Amino acid sequence: MDTYGKGIFKGLMVTAKHFFDSYLDDIKWWGKRYYTPEGLAHRSSKDAKGIFTVQYPEEKVPVPEEFRYIPFLVYDESETGEKTIRCTSCGICAKACPPQCIWIVRGSDPNTGRPVPQPAEFTIDADICMNCGFCAEYCPFDAIKMDHDYEIASYGRNLLNKEALMKPAKYYAEIRPLNNAREEAARAEKAATKAAKA
Amino acid sequence: MTTPAPITTQFDLAEKFPGTVSADARPGYAGWIVAPEKLTEVAIFIRDELGYDLLSSVTGVDYLAEGLMEIVYHVYKTSGGPALVFKAQLPRLDPVKVASLTPVWLGAELQEREIWDLYGIHFENHPDLRRILMWEGFDGHPMRKDWKEAFYDDEVKPFKSRWPEGKHAFAEDRSPFGDNVSFEAGFDPEKWTATDPEEALYATLKKYKTVVKDGIATDHILVNMGPQHPSTHGVFRAVVMLDGENVVSLKPVMGYLHRNHEKIGERNTFLQNMPYTDRLDYFNSMSNNWPYAMAVEKMMGIQVTERAEYIRVIMAELSRIQNHMILIGMLMNDLGAYFTPALYAFEERELILDIFEAASGSRMMCNYHRFGGVVRDVPAEALQKLKDLVFERLPGKIDEFDRLLSENEIFVSRLKGIGYLSPEDAIRTSMTGPMLRASGIPYDIRRADPYSVYDRFDFNVAVRYNGDLYDRYLIRIDEMRESIKILEQALRQMPEGPVMSVKPTYQVKVPAGEAYGRIESPKGELGFYVVSNGKPNPYRYHVRAPSFINLTSLEMTCVNEKIADFVAILGAVDIVLGELDR
Repeated sequence: MDTYGKGIFKGLMVTAKHFFDSYLDDIKWWGKRYYTPEGLAHRSSKDAKGIFTVQYPEEKVPVPEEFRYIPFLVYDESETGEKTIRCTSCGICAKACPPQCIWIVRGSDPNTGRPVPQPAEFTIDADICMNCGFCAEYCPFDAIKMDHDYEIASYGRNLLNKEALMKPAKYYAEIRPLNNAREEAARAEKAATKAAKA
Repeated sequence: MTTPAPITTQFDLAEKFPGTVSADARPGYAGWIVAPEKLTEVAIFIRDELGYDLLSSVTGVDYLAEGLMEIVYHVYKTSGGPALVFKAQLPRLDPVKVASLTPVWLGAELQEREIWDLYGIHFENHPDLRRILMWEGFDGHPMRKDWKEAFYDDEVKPFKSRWPEGKHAFAEDRSPFGDNVSFEAGFDPEKWTATDPEEALYATLKKYKTVVKDGIATDHILVNMGPQHPSTHGVFRAVVMLDGENVVSLKPVMGYLHRNHEKIGERNTFLQNMPYTDRLDYFNSMSNNWPYAMAVEKMMGIQVTERAEYIRVIMAELSRIQNHMILIGMLMNDLGAYFTPALYAFEERELILDIFEAASGSRMMCNYHRFGGVVRDVPAEALQKLKDLVFERLPGKIDEFDRLLSENEIFVSRLKGIGYLSPEDAIRTSMTGPMLRASGIPYDIRRADPYSVYDRFDFNVAVRYNGDLYDRYLIRIDEMRESIKILEQALRQMPEGPVMSVKPTYQVKVPAGEAYGRIESPKGELGFYVVSNGKPNPYRYHVRAPSFINLTSLEMTCVNEKIADFVAILGAVDIVLGELDR
């Protein structure tokens, strides 16, 4: 090293570049860099420079389709407004769940006492849930899916019962359009082969 | 760098030691069973005559039904090649005793302490056989099969209480104490007086000799760094004996974040362990899944599809880049250059995590690997972003880090010549990963014992020869550049096709046997030793955590350095407490 401080100077050039870049980028994206979707997209792209900070909660990074948070139960709504839950209480999600936070009471016919494909109770202890997504992944009825809503902080414990877990199929199609389309197609195909056999 | 030829034929130990060593004949098992009384003799032969100089993993298995305790050793050659596995079987009678192998491989020190703690196997002649993860005074040895935890629900998951009569109840309501504490019958915590649990710990430190100079007698100072200390990256504690500012002796104290990951792992089904592995080294969940999947795939005898192999490589290398960036940033924090480098590192990490999130659904707890492949293909949009990053952004950013720090005189003078670890000591203490390579040993599992598709890539094993902190910093920069090389090749070569070779199922059938899967994780060798007895749950699930074993050399590197340098030395080891304490 010939001159002491050359390395420090070289390093400072990098910080100086970052410093000026933050202003240059602000000017280049004048008025559009913050609080707009395209500004946010720019700040999380390969060309991002300058200030990275996202002003949460005023602006939020859009979550990708596969983003997973607490599970919810999908219900289909008929034209008359009747809600039918897709869950058949087969228990696969409860068996696959790594922290064992899903509790299901299988429904039974009040007259005969025989099990019916409906959950009488469905509880998820969301404080224990580790957001792994296995329940949604292995559900054969597309009945349980992972939500995108991550703002669930509360003063109490997040013990979710069936009513709290139920969300319409429309909502599911909205947050996961590609997955939903794929599943719809698979279901339609299945129904078609079933009809062909019958 | 030349690739060492794989060693395919193994030396016949049974022939060399008739009556002492026999081949492990159980179906699904491999390796040698050594008579416990001759263990040291055989180990010295393995090390000196056969050249297996690196002790990778030591672990215990409790075969309750057979009445046996087994200790499993995995040793490797730093010149490359597959493992030599040998085992010692001990009758399961208290006290279970066996000779310690610390005189042969010093790297056994922490691992044998862990086995003593969790299995109650007594290692004779161990220099410091104390509990390591549990606290002094803990009752019992929790990894034994007949030990049950406080919130015990059922022997294995899925718990029967969840379905079909799954009436929810909080675990603490079921425990008679209202929390996760259980006492022996007749034990009253109010009346109990503790013997000082720290006494044994302090007794292990080397004492400082009082020196009288100019009529002034100096004395030692005992300093507890942590567990709540900003330099320790979590709840890690080091007890340091100081002579003025110089470190005389040091003992790491750990276990503050211990949750008995391995016991949980044995209660889980094979698949259920996958998201738990994410929580070990939470910076690198993408590469944590991998060795576990690899171990189970070995037992199941299934192949991974080509595309999935490439995706795994890409994710693991991205994970390495962001890990090393954060490490450098945090090391700068430790040295007092607050947050500028750390936040520059976080910018790149954010971009990489965006890709992880798009592919796996989560930024940090990825849970991406499955047995036979990965859960889903990388979405097209994320793949494009990944290519943009790898080809356009990251190489420049790594150079920027290099410019920012590598020649900085203050930085260099804080790191050069500090924390020296000789190559011999590095091997002896079972260092792996950048710690070992910075000491001049070009041992990288990706090259030494190639797994997945790493044999198809052209890259160099980063190696530095001075063994000091500066080299441990430089090697991270080197490794990031090599990772970029691998990524570029992988992205060009990646074939189209399915990402799962088998039908996805939550109940995998794993034949009885054992397997050890290991990868070159950013922190070192991350290995999973899994034993199956054919049931849906692993019989044994052991994590060979690089953060943990790389601390074996901590005292060695810190002695005679200044206390302020301890912070930097610890920072450069690259520990993550989630993995260290398990």
